[in-house]
Parts: sequence; C-alpha cells; structure tokens
Amino acid sequence: MKGGPDSCVLLTMSGVEKRFGGVVALGGVDLEVRAGEVHALLGENGAGKSTLMKVLSGAHALDAGECTLDGVPYAPSGPVDALKCGVAMIYQELNLAPELSVGQNVLLGREPRGKLGWIQANEARARVTKALAALGAEEIRPDTMVSSLGPGQRQLVEIARALVEDARLIVLDEPTSSLSAEDTQRLFEVVRRLTREGVAVIYISHFIEEVQEIGDRFTVLRDGETVGTGEVAETSLDDIVALMAGRNLDEFFPEVPHEAGEVLLELVGFAGEGLPKDASLSLRRGEILGVAGLVGAGRTELLRALFTLEPVRSGEVRIGGRPTPARTPRERLNQGVGLLSEDRKGEGLALELDLATNTTLSNMTPFAPGGWIRTGAQAAAVQKWIDRLGIRCTGPEQRTGDLSGGNQQKAALARLLHHDVDVLLLDEPTRGVDVGAKVEVYRVIGELAAAGKAILMVSSYLPELFGVCDRLCVMHRGVLGQARPVEEWTEEEVMSEATRGAKEGAA
Amino acid sequence: MPKKFMALIGPFLGLLLVVALFGALEPSFLSTRNLMTVAIQTVIVGLGAIGMTFVIVSGGIDLSIGSVIALSSVVTALCAHAGLSPITSVAAGVAAGGLCGAVNGWLVTRLSIVPFIVTLGMMGIARGVAKWLSAEQTVTPSPEASDALAAFATKTATSPGIWITILLAVAMALVLKRTVFGTYTYALGSNEDTARLCGVPVERTKVWIYTLCGLFGGLGGVMTFARLSVGDPTTAIGKELDVIAAVVIGGASLAGGKGSILGSMVGALLMAALANGCNLTGVPNFVQEILIGSIIVAAVAVDRIRSRRR
Repeated sequence: MKGGPDSCVLLTMSGVEKRFGGVVALGGVDLEVRAGEVHALLGENGAGKSTLMKVLSGAHALDAGECTLDGVPYAPSGPVDALKCGVAMIYQELNLAPELSVGQNVLLGREPRGKLGWIQANEARARVTKALAALGAEEIRPDTMVSSLGPGQRQLVEIARALVEDARLIVLDEPTSSLSAEDTQRLFEVVRRLTREGVAVIYISHFIEEVQEIGDRFTVLRDGETVGTGEVAETSLDDIVALMAGRNLDEFFPEVPHEAGEVLLELVGFAGEGLPKDASLSLRRGEILGVAGLVGAGRTELLRALFTLEPVRSGEVRIGGRPTPARTPRERLNQGVGLLSEDRKGEGLALELDLATNTTLSNMTPFAPGGWIRTGAQAAAVQKWIDRLGIRCTGPEQRTGDLSGGNQQKAALARLLHHDVDVLLLDEPTRGVDVGAKVEVYRVIGELAAAGKAILMVSSYLPELFGVCDRLCVMHRGVLGQARPVEEWTEEEVMSEATRGAKEGAA
Repeated sequence: MPKKFMALIGPFLGLLLVVALFGALEPSFLSTRNLMTVAIQTVIVGLGAIGMTFVIVSGGIDLSIGSVIALSSVVTALCAHAGLSPITSVAAGVAAGGLCGAVNGWLVTRLSIVPFIVTLGMMGIARGVAKWLSAEQTVTPSPEASDALAAFATKTATSPGIWITILLAVAMALVLKRTVFGTYTYALGSNEDTARLCGVPVERTKVWIYTLCGLFGGLGGVMTFARLSVGDPTTAIGKELDVIAAVVIGGASLAGGKGSILGSMVGALLMAALANGCNLTGVPNFVQEILIGSIIVAAVAVDRIRSRRR
C-alpha cells in the first residue's frame, strides 16, 4: 500500500452531487473510508446508495464535489478503470458467466498470455488458486463450472476476481440478500480476513443487525445527502434507524380511512413447484394485507404462482368463496385479479411502447369494438388515469421508458386501475421510486382499499408495511406465517420471524 | 407523431436519393414504363415484407419465406395444370403458404424453439416439398391457364398485382397500428413478459403472426407464377434475405417492438429501384450487391445513432 500524509484514509468523497435531468439523486454526499475497515453504507431504498456506488465505479460522472483515492484525485472512466485503481464492485446480481469455469471467470479479460497469445494455463491456475486461498475458499476448484456453485460460493468467486486485480477497496452491495445464514457467516469471515490484509470494504445493507455484527464505522444517506456518520460500536440501533428514516412517519403515510368487508380471496395450503411451500391466508375487501420476509423467502413466488406465472403444486385458491383455479394470467385478470410486477423494467412495462398501450394492454375491449381501436377513446381513458394518479408526462403517446421511475410505477398501477381488478397483488410497489412518488403510491393504495378492493402487498421495506397495511404476515423459507393486525407487531418481531420462522409454527 | 414521422425520413430520403441519382444518370429510368417495371419488381418482395413486418415487429424472424414463395408457385402451377379454375389455383397457392406459416407458429410456441431455427428448418422443408411436388422440374400449365394469371403481372398502371399489393399494404398498416391484434404484436416484440402479464394470448397471437407471414409468402408465390407462367421449385432462393432487408431498411428492429408497413414498403421499393437502376445504367451486378449490403448496414447504423441520442 502506498503511504501518504494520512495513510489510513483510503477514499474520500466530499460534496458529491449528481443530477439526472431535474431529479437530484445525490445532493451533497461526504464519505471517508479508511484502509482495513468495514464501512457500512446505510439508507432506505432510493436514498442514493446505488447512485453513489455508480459514481465510485465510474458508471456515472459526478456533477460537483470531489473524490480522492490515496490522496490522489479519483475519477474513473468506467468499471475497468476503477478496478485498475483498485476499486472493485460486487453487485447484488452477480456478474458471472455460468457456463465458464471458476478460473475462467476469475481471470476473465485479464488472462495471462504467452508470446503467441495463448493462455498460460499453469500461471492462470496458480493465480486463481492463490486468490481463492486468500479467501479461505480452497474447496472451490478453479476448473469447476460456475453453474454448479451455490449463491454463496459464487459470491466468493466474484470477490476472488477482485483480489486477482489487487483491489484495495471492495464494495459489497446487499451481499447477503440471497444467502443462507451459514453462507452469511462464511462471508463475514472472508470480510474479516480481507480487512486484516488492509483491504477496505464498503458494506451496503438494509439489515442493521448485520451491520452491527460486521461494521466498524457507518455513514447514513437520506434523500441523496449524508446525514450522519460514526462508529458502529458507539451508536445505538435506534439512533441509526432514526437517522435513516428522518421524517415523521405520519406525514409519510397518508391516512386514508377504509373498512374491511367480506372475504374475497382465500388461499388454503397453497404451494408452488419450488416456492412457496405452504401459504394460507384470507383477504377481505377494503383490506391491505402485507407480506414481510427476507429476499428469497418466496414472497414474490407466492404472488406469481397465484397469478399463474409460476407452476402451482397444490392447494386451493378461493375467490368470493368459490374455488377458482386458473391456467393463464388472462384467466386471472378475468377473475378480477391483477399483479404489479416487482421487475418494472424487465416485466412490468413495455418501455419502448407508449403510455396509452402500457396502461390499456390488458383490457382494450371498452374502446376496441371488433378488435378495431378507437384511439380517441383510448387516449381519453388513459388521460383520466394520468390526471387521477398525477403521472408526469407529455401525454398518452409518450414513450413509457422516458418517464421517471415513480411515474413508470404509476403507469403500471394505472393498468390495474384501468382493468378494474378487485384483488391487487402488489410486489414491491415502491421499489426504485423517489420519495414524493412513494407517498402518492401509498395514497393510491389507501384509496383502492377505501373503494373496496382487496390488496395483498409484498415489501422488503418494513416501515412501509407498518405504515400502509392493516394486517401483516411473515414468510420464512416458503412458509407463510399467521397474519395479525399491524398493531400487534413490532419491527423486531417481524425481523425475528423473517430470519428464524414463527415460534409456534404457521397455523 | 413527429417522432414516428422522423423514423420514416431516413428510408424516404434514401429512396429519393436513389431515384434522383438514376434519373440524372439515365433519363429513361424515370419513364412511366420503367417506373411500372420497378413497381412490378417490388411486388413479390413487397408482399413478403408485409407479412415479415408483423413477424419482425413481434420479435421473431421468418427465414422460410423464399422457400414458401417457391412452394406456393409450384402449388399454383400444379392446380392450373390440373385444369382447376384460376381462383382455386390462387387460393391453393396462398393456402399452402398459410399452412407453412401456421406450422412455423405452432412449432415456435408449442416446442418453444427459437424462430430462427424453426424457420430455418421450414426453409429446407418447404423447398424440398416444392421439388417433390414438381418432380424437380418446372411445372408448365397450358397457355390458357397461365395467361389468366399472367394478367396479374402486367406492366401497366392497371396491373392488378401492383394494386393488390398497395391495397393490402394499406389494410395491413391499419391492422398493425389500429387493431388489438396489431397492438399485441408490438407488445410481444417490445416485452413478451409484459404481454404475458397483461393477459395477452401470447401463443395464439404468435401462431396468427406466422400464419399471416406464410399467407403473404403464398401470395408472393402466386405473383411469381403470374410473372413466370411456370411453377419453379428453384425460384426465390435467397429471397427471404431481400424481404428481411426491406423490413430492416424500413426502420424495423430485429429485437422487436419497432417497425411499420410503410417503412417496409419504402425499403422494398428502394431495393427494387436500385436493382433496376443498376441494370439500366449497366452497373455490374457485383456493384449492386455491394450497394444493397451497404445500405442495409447504413440504415441500421443511422437508426442506432438516432436512438442513442435520445
């Protein structure tokens, strides 16, 4: 490691700003990371963590502020350049080629070459073995196919890739979100090993408990600004949560009075081919039921299986008291059930198409007698939803991909409203949505309940579940626990059931 | 609307440029007689491009259309040879194309094989069946029988072949832009998962799209027979690439979700005008091939640059 006047500080960022059009993603971030420490970067969804990391990896250039690495101005032109400077990113979605071997993945793009351009197999093998040994992961063999590894081992392969390039700063973005408890402990050991060697780790996570276990210092971001930093050991969990939330929750979640009516949707022993394993619930009209749980617990699969997008193994779905099976999304839509996808860009919306098509695609009959679309009537119908939901756009003919995340999400919601479904399956309805639009999404959800719709909502953001839902249940490893009124839960109880399962077992 | 208009400016400018260039080099290029020749030469690729536009907009590809044209020309000729009425012969030719398309669609959806492979297979199968039915020879019906159909391909302003193509292009442009089926086609190509989520009958729509493309290939085969007065199992080899080129020059994206019938028609006209102009001015065939190849790449490059700037 290079020495300097303050050799223990590795990375500094000060007054970093980044705007996208009119949206301020970062409005003044300060961050200081020391060599050999685990620095936790905390913040709610949309607080600016991802944008900050993209600045660090060179994917975004910054608009203002400065960045130094080892006291030298740091402005990478892209991820490859960042890695050359010794900064490696490990993303939530791992970037490995599954059909190549561990060794090929670790050295991808920087294979040791001989005179004729041939890969020097012995040298390559030695480097890979050394990197894996440095992680204490000797059991991963360099010639194993990555496709045969589990998520935990794949992550280690990614970290090995960073080590081969002598990374001095490794950024882990939500590293445990798809890991089992054992793999998580294994990862922590690796992180400790790395920091002993003087490598700095920026650890991004939602799980404050994890941060307390592994973190040395922390920085909290909120709405694109640094709002606090300190030593993990000297700060209480409550103080950190307060810094992250930073606002009066009552204003954040608009109160829309609604009342539960008759039971509309019932699941009895519902199970998919993989997940969920066992889910039973009953949902009333005018009621918002929240499903909490860890990523990978099977919450998304529950909604998707219910909507026929994943195979169902057993169990019964009752709508309005009658068993109501379905084979296609079209049948479910006709039964009055609609799904808001968690993957807005990949599945929820056809980004190349205009707002009008996206909003009305599931139900064009009202203005398409005989299959012939009356564009005037279609535009009028869409304009109604644009006004009602406050979608900021130039009109129904605007390309959906040109809208902001929040407005895209409103467009996806508008489709369910246009279809006038009775049961709304909402999967992470505010993911990737800015704060202002979040409040509006909450308001719409409340109004839907007030209008007698039944809402089943999956979210990984606990304050949102507590702020919006009437009842909550927790899914743990594919098994859905008992739903209870939201007043009877605490955040700690939800987290405990999410990580360890219900004490009494699912009823 | 202006953006959609902009997308068509490139192909139109290309067409104008080609027409102006050859008009200046060789005044007879602009004679009515020659322009009608260009039009009649556009008919077969143009008809294929109508069907192909639906397939490409939906995110698929149909490599079998050249073979389907040959098969349909053979079927039409065989029917005429057997003494069936011209109407029946035409219907049989179009139906043969439709059947190939339906099989393509069925294989793509039921076996979930990518369209490239399914239609590559059909390219061989349809060509083989055409040779089988015709015993590997050209099928020559009696002059009375072929004359009745040859009227389709006359080089006059009243040529039915040209008018049928124009009418069908207009009709199918409306189907693509203004019907639920057309919207589903765009939705499939733009994001198939979204289409599924919205309850679009993905499989059924795809089968119809490939069947439609087959029907237009079949009609192209009928027109081929009308021009040649024989059913030739070795005709239209490589025609599928001309058809795809016309659609791509017209602004469609092979990734799906983008394209228009008008654009594809301009693309087909541009290719025919270029071929005709090169022949008239005595430009060697190889120059023509280089030019068409360059135009395809340039058309897509222009499109890429435009979408990157957005």
